[in-house]
Amino acid sequence: MSADLTPEQRMTRYVDRAMAAVPHLQALGIRFRAMGADWAELEMPYAPQLVAYPETGVIASGAVFSLMDSAAGFSVLVKLGRFEHHATLDLRCDYLRPAEPGKTVIGRVECYKISRSVAFVRGIAHDGEPDHPIAHITGTFMLMTKPAGTSA
Amino acid sequence: MTLPDQLPPYAAMLGLRQQGGALVMPYDVSLIGSPGRLHGGSVAGLMEIAGNLAVRAALAGVSAQVKPINVTVDYLREGALEDTFAEAFLMRIGRRVANVRVEAWQSDRNRPIAAARMNLLIVRQTAA
Repeated sequence: MSADLTPEQRMTRYVDRAMAAVPHLQALGIRFRAMGADWAELEMPYAPQLVAYPETGVIASGAVFSLMDSAAGFSVLVKLGRFEHHATLDLRCDYLRPAEPGKTVIGRVECYKISRSVAFVRGIAHDGEPDHPIAHITGTFMLMTKPAGTSA
Repeated sequence: MTLPDQLPPYAAMLGLRQQGGALVMPYDVSLIGSPGRLHGGSVAGLMEIAGNLAVRAALAGVSAQVKPINVTVDYLREGALEDTFAEAFLMRIGRRVANVRVEAWQSDRNRPIAAARMNLLIVRQTAA
């Protein structure tokens, strides 16, 4: 029963269910991994439908972009501490190296600033070693309503 | 720009087709992000492939690999649950780098839903 779960496990289960309801995340196999006060981590296990280069088995940069966009949006909600409609304004992704075929890609994004209507994010994607990232992102999100307790 | 007969799995998952000079991502439930709109990542995936194919087309006959260095996507409007189109414009093709601009739109070509800038690395195979 859910009474046996720690608050963290309950949160994980809640987020897992919410994410399972997003069709494009389902299609890419993207799942919840971890979160903190102002960051979120999602993972995308290696899967045949992600491949862009059949000769090498390397996955599409577009799939990594989707992972990072999703982790970024999630980090904004985590920092806000509640659900709020938000939309990506812009996202830049630097592809530092190809993801290694067969490995799960992990996207970790921090929402480092929220002003009245804009949230700022930065993050990395890696496939096991955060010090050896495969991608780096920065971006901004528009918040559809004003967050309480912010003055900027 | 020509889409290969045998699409790589990711492009096949997006259901990509070619229509004139544009790439089309037909609407499908699997592209949805939040209720009632496309996931921004699916639109970015479409635009990246359009940019990559445009560079490959410009290098027709040249033996080279084309790899993304970075992409910046500006989201201009919500992606509705409709077919999405993308067209890439080559700003410059050098020996090692291509600079590309990509636009995505839906029912109205004059109301783009996203604009992207891509830099791609061109790795030319030197004759052995």
